[in-house]
This record gives sequence, structure tokens and C-alpha cells, in this order.
Amino acid sequence: MARRTPLFPLHQTLGARIVDFGGWDMPLQYGSQIAEHHAVRRSAGIFDVSHMCVVDLEGAQARPFLRKLFANDVDKLEARGKALYGCMLNEEGGVVDDLIVYFLGEERFRAVVNAGTRDKDLAWMRRHAESFGVEVLERSDLAMLAVQGPEAPAKVAALLSASGAERARALGNFFGTEIDGWFISRTGYTGEDGFEIMLPEAQAERVWRSLNAMGVVSCGLGARDTLRLEAGMNLYGSDMDERTNPLESGLSWTVAMSPGRAFIGRAALEAATAAGLKRKLVGLVLEDRGVLRAHQRVLTPGGGGEITSGTFSPTLERSIALARVPATAGGTVTVEIRGKTHDARIVKPPFVRHGKSLID
Amino acid sequence: MSKVPSDLKYTRTHEWLRTLPDGSVQIGITDHAQHALGDLVFVEVPETGRKVSTGEPFAVVESVKAASDVYSPIRGEVLEGNPELAATPEAVNSDPYGRGWLVRIKPADALPALLSAAEYEKLAAEEAG
Repeated sequence: MARRTPLFPLHQTLGARIVDFGGWDMPLQYGSQIAEHHAVRRSAGIFDVSHMCVVDLEGAQARPFLRKLFANDVDKLEARGKALYGCMLNEEGGVVDDLIVYFLGEERFRAVVNAGTRDKDLAWMRRHAESFGVEVLERSDLAMLAVQGPEAPAKVAALLSASGAERARALGNFFGTEIDGWFISRTGYTGEDGFEIMLPEAQAERVWRSLNAMGVVSCGLGARDTLRLEAGMNLYGSDMDERTNPLESGLSWTVAMSPGRAFIGRAALEAATAAGLKRKLVGLVLEDRGVLRAHQRVLTPGGGGEITSGTFSPTLERSIALARVPATAGGTVTVEIRGKTHDARIVKPPFVRHGKSLID
Repeated sequence: MSKVPSDLKYTRTHEWLRTLPDGSVQIGITDHAQHALGDLVFVEVPETGRKVSTGEPFAVVESVKAASDVYSPIRGEVLEGNPELAATPEAVNSDPYGRGWLVRIKPADALPALLSAAEYEKLAAEEAG
């Protein structure tokens, strides 16, 4: 039996097509997936992301614990509310999961991890938290909504008290704070401005309907996937997993290798770097008509590769993908689609940011 | 509810067939099928002159989510694929029985037993149910 979020009955009422995602019954789309995508690029959309797992990490040694667990440098979190994206790695340098960590207080950090990896992530955290005396508390009492798009800040502000609205508008990128009993952060998975809101689950449906009434469009996982891919953001389980390291997954910028840092997986990453990285994750733009899809083969002079995520980009009106290819690959490569070869150009993601194409 | 025009024939795999005055057969996917697939963004139709057999995948319709094969309901020779769909694949969503037709075929045999509109409507309703 698949798990359901507190908003599941509302999704059904709104006519959503429901699909299984990481063991959860989630809305794929309510109407046109492309219309939902454009709503986020042009105005505002709302997503149910309550399936994601919110974990509070509490204890005097919470920061030292995260120095070991998190491949990004938790000491970058100096200001209260600041958030940091990165990975938890295994001893082999493979990605256990990608996550966001918020600094709530010196003895309290909050992590948001993926739905499909919830159980293994909690087990991994608890295994390493024990010696630090850190408590790993799953916050399944919270629902989580993502309100995304250029008009999202104004729409969310309209739900808040006057002082709360002012504080929400003043929130810097990748910061979160408690406002009117909600935890509101300026984060997202779309490449647009917007907020993610963690709130008591009993309030979620009312908030969703209020936003709908203000013209914020209900959006499903389908639009979430095309938006994140245009934004050049990885999806765990597709673009990276326990068998790939972050350096070969376009995530080097999230790995802090400064001297003296002893995070899990560091030794393996150093060995891999010394041996020479064999692969890299790149963006592809299909030059012909057609659609790039995960697992299609990529041919390059230096050897074969594979598309890890591919789709039709509604903003660019052409197909884009992320692909893992030999480290030597560059320029134009060949992709096999149903036995025929097509040219694709290697580009540096993101493809789209704040509604604008970054590809010529 | 999806539209099922009464003057067409249907298959269990959600294709429709229309016999044209010259004896050729126009084929597309049903309103129910386009709705299930979602927004179409690419359509691949067969080349003129290709010989197809019954049940053979002869076209591909791709939505944002996935690629799906379309099966030839009859044996015959492809007279043309709809040339408009390269630029406007969304016509299959907006007008599946009109501008969104996929292929025109010269049948090799008399039409096989196919579903009537009423029979197809029942099938589609069961699937949607």
C-alpha cells in the first residue's frame, strides 16, 4: 500500500492523475502538464512536496556530526536560517542522498531528504549520530508545499500577517525562518523564485485552496520534473546514486575538500581524483526533432555514455537531457533513439533560469 | 467523457480507422488515448511506401512523460504520414479525429473485424473507470 500525503484527498478532488513515486501516491498532473510548467515560469504554481522527509538533528554535537555526515561544509552555515545543499556519501564516495540542511540553532539543524530514500537515510543518519549523541527526529507531523514562480513571493505574502509578509519578502535566497507558525524558506526545485513552506498538516488543504483562489496553479510531479531538468538540477536515483560519486555527477560545487575536513567518503573521492575522473555529467540539447529519454545511449569519440534524465523542454521547445559521458567528451555527440542516431550538443546546465533560456 | 465518433472503426489498442472515398484508410489515435498520454510533443510517422503488417508498431507518439508505439490495425502500404505533425504534434491532443490523423494506408485486404463506436466507448469507459 502506497503512502499518501495529507493532501491526497484534495488531489483527487482536483482531478489529478495519480502515480506511484518512490512508494507514494502522488499527483502527476491536474490538467495539461505543459500548462502547469508555463504557469511556474510565467506566474506561480503550487506543488505538494509533503512526501519529502523533514528530519531535525538535535544535540550539542549536531554541527560536528554534520561535519562528518555532509560532504558540503556545514561551517558555511553561520547565519541562522541559512540553508546548504549537498550530499551524504558512503565510504566509497557514492551518493547516499542529496539534501538541504538548515541552520536553526547551534543545537538544532533541519535536513530535508528525498521521499524514496527516507528509510535508508534515517538509518544512515542514526547509525552515525549515535556517537555524537545527536537525536534524529523525523517530522512527519509537517506538510510541505512549494510555491514557485515570479509571482510566488507576492502570493505567499498575501497569506501572512503584515509583519510576517515583510519578513518573508526580505528572506534571502536559500534562507528559511519561522513565520506565523510556519517554516518558510526561499528554496525550490524549479529555477524560479519562490518559497517552500513547512506547516502543520491540518492547515495544508486550506492554504492550497487559498493559493488556487489567488490564481496559483496546482502543479504535479510531471511539471516538477521538466522544471528541475530545465534548471539543471539532479534527481536522485536517476542522475546519481550510491554507485556514482558527486564529482562525476555535476556536484563538485557541493563537495568541500578544504584541509582538515573529515567527512565520510572523502578518502574515496581523493583516490578517484588522483586516479583521474573517468566520467562527467553534462547537459545535452538535441539538434533534431525527437525526445531524449533516460537510458538512451550516447556515442562520443572517447567511448559510450548514457542519458540519465531526458525530456521535452516546454520553455525551449526542444529536447534536453542530463547525460553521463566520458570525461573527454565535448562539442557534439550522437544519441541513439530507436535505432537511429541524432546529433546532440553538450552544454553546461542550467538550460533555463528565471524564465529565460541560457542556451543559444 | 472522451469523444467517440460513430462513423469510425476502433481497435482495442486505441487506434481509429476511417475509410476514405478512394478506398484508402486514415488512422489515428482516439480521444481517450490522447488524453491518457497527455501533452504530445513529438510524433514519428512512417515513410511513404513502407509495407506494414497488422499489429506492427508503425508510428510513435511522445508526450512529455513517455514514448508510446502506435500499432497498425491493418496490413497494407503507407501512402503518407501526416506531414503537419512534425510542426504541430499538439494537433493529436486538440483534434485527434481531424487534423491529428497519423497515417493513410492502402489496405492489402478487406478490413478485419474491428470495434464499433459503441463497443469502443464501453472499452474506454472500463479503462477510465
